[in-house]
Amino acid sequence: MKTLFDKIWDSHVVKKIADGPSVLFIDRHFIHEVTSPQAFDGLQHRGIEVFRPDLTTATADHNVPTQNQHLPIKDEMSRLQVAKLTENCQTHGIELFGLGHEYNGIVHVIGPELGITQPGMTIVCGDSHTSTHGAFGCVAFGIGTSEVEMVLASQCIMQPKPKTMRINVEGQVNSEVEAKDIILYIISKISASGGTGYFIEFAGSAIRSLSMEGRMTVCNMSIEMGARGGLIAPDQTTFNYLKGKKFAPQEADFEEAVKKWKNMVSDENAKFDKELFFDATDIESMITFGTNPGMGIKISESVPALKSIDNQSLPSFTKALNYMNFEAGKSLSGTPVNYVFLGSCTNGRIEDLRTFANYVKGKNKAENVTAWIVPGSKQVEKQAIEEGLNKILIEAGFELRQPGCSACLAMNEDKIPTGEYCVSTSNRNFEGRQGQGAKTLLASPLTAAKVAIAGKII
Amino acid sequence: MAREKFNNFIDSAVPLQIENVDTDQIIPARFLKATDRKGFGENLFRDWRYKENENPNPDFVLNNKKFSGKILVAGKNFGSGSSREHAAWAIFDYGFRVVVSSFFADIFKNNALNNGLLPVQITQKFENEIFETIYKNSKSQFEINLVEQKFTNLETGNFEYFQINAYKKECLLNGYDDIDYLINMKAEIEKFQVIY
Ligand code: SF4
Repeated sequence: MKTLFDKIWDSHVVKKIADGPSVLFIDRHFIHEVTSPQAFDGLQHRGIEVFRPDLTTATADHNVPTQNQHLPIKDEMSRLQVAKLTENCQTHGIELFGLGHEYNGIVHVIGPELGITQPGMTIVCGDSHTSTHGAFGCVAFGIGTSEVEMVLASQCIMQPKPKTMRINVEGQVNSEVEAKDIILYIISKISASGGTGYFIEFAGSAIRSLSMEGRMTVCNMSIEMGARGGLIAPDQTTFNYLKGKKFAPQEADFEEAVKKWKNMVSDENAKFDKELFFDATDIESMITFGTNPGMGIKISESVPALKSIDNQSLPSFTKALNYMNFEAGKSLSGTPVNYVFLGSCTNGRIEDLRTFANYVKGKNKAENVTAWIVPGSKQVEKQAIEEGLNKILIEAGFELRQPGCSACLAMNEDKIPTGEYCVSTSNRNFEGRQGQGAKTLLASPLTAAKVAIAGKII
Repeated sequence: MAREKFNNFIDSAVPLQIENVDTDQIIPARFLKATDRKGFGENLFRDWRYKENENPNPDFVLNNKKFSGKILVAGKNFGSGSSREHAAWAIFDYGFRVVVSSFFADIFKNNALNNGLLPVQITQKFENEIFETIYKNSKSQFEINLVEQKFTNLETGNFEYFQINAYKKECLLNGYDDIDYLINMKAEIEKFQVIY
């Protein structure tokens, strides 16, 4: 009786070191410009080559501008980092979907949409939101640069096996509730560290009824509860999504693969180290008020009162509220917001753009709002234009930018100014995450659209 | 690649009594543009350490001359957030060799161990005692004994044993790393096939 996680993990263990980590074989490795240069440097130092360049895929996403991508990157350090990636990929024969390439985009958006990500795989990338790929029934997780070097050197990494947790969300959510709300709700219940040490399987009817895009949003943020990663067993929704994708198995091979993928489920009586249950009907549109993703509330609720916070957490709670300039016990409704960001590997997919465009259609952007609508990849951008979403956005006073991580992490040109609130569909609301002194409120694409039209939280 | 070997030591400690210190605070993203591993210590806790005008923030503990030492004692859930190893590099580069907390984020713990930085997880109760001891006398001494996996408050004589797996411990004590190990396994890896 095995969990899905155990099945995938166990089949990839090359060797288990006594009282130590396992040597785990990695099926797919993604790299980007920020966390790979020091790893390539390390290889050079040791005088070794990339062991399996055919299993690594590269993209430039973190450091890139989201306007005028045909021009050289203005910031010298960023330009250098992207150039270094190109050089490293050339030297080692690694496929690169660089800036301007038709497959370029955020690493966790392109892997799935190209069909590189497939059920049953082990997938790593030097980026914590690698957990996104778990939506396909993969063991996918973020690694550090030393580990990137390990994978480049040996296609393996050394990892202790995490514990397993199943989170069941049963029931039907109301129509305004999106995948983002489901995951923000769960994190607000179990805290930003509630999943530490675990690999999480998401299950239950509310999860099953999500599209692949929605499942990716959920798995993407499993890291925000401290978990090593999250996964969802593949089913017909998964197979339909993968069919015909560029790097997925084709035709007869695809049918063969589906037969195999159908076994990628937890056995009926599989034992999890921990199991949690949530009622989907209790979930509403969510928003964060603090400086970690666990500090979330229903928009209809107030910020928790001071007396509801235990003594140990009080200093961090007050510090967060001070930073955000919010008051304990007060509702956030009506708070004017000048910045809205739609994008990132959490909510930069076609479905998210559709939701946003659908809501703003025929309406006008609020005067005070600067909105950045950033597709997660070139392919998403293309599709948005083909579907006429771009036109809707322009008519409502918005513009579609070019793909990249954008305002998710304040590394490229898209930074939120000091002191400003930003309702953001990304995944982290840490102090300064979107720019020094910027105040991030995480929410769903629908909530972002509402704020962009109203100019305030409603 | 040979690293610095980890030796047992006695030193004073720097108290960072904040919970959920995330990797964006440890090293903000705008400092991740380097293509080598050097110099990250200068930007450790950058936005807490300096004010907007780039002057040191006197209220932040690293700017308080009273506190020093190779041990950083931090609040619960240290190192959450991104997988950026730069966080571990910055702490190491600044001069810390041990981070003590009652709880660590997973990726951070791995990254720290891969870079010669020892995460020492102790109970909340003991951690509270450590903070108290440091606040009472900032020169208080603590002993790290990796061989015995023991962390001692020399002021009170209280101690706790901490967990570390035998393999990682060997690596730290001998200054070698996972990649050395994996490279030696190449033949085995080449033969390996995934069977579901
Ligand atoms: S969008 Fe944000 S979280 Fe996702 S890969 Fe880019 S920086 Fe990381």
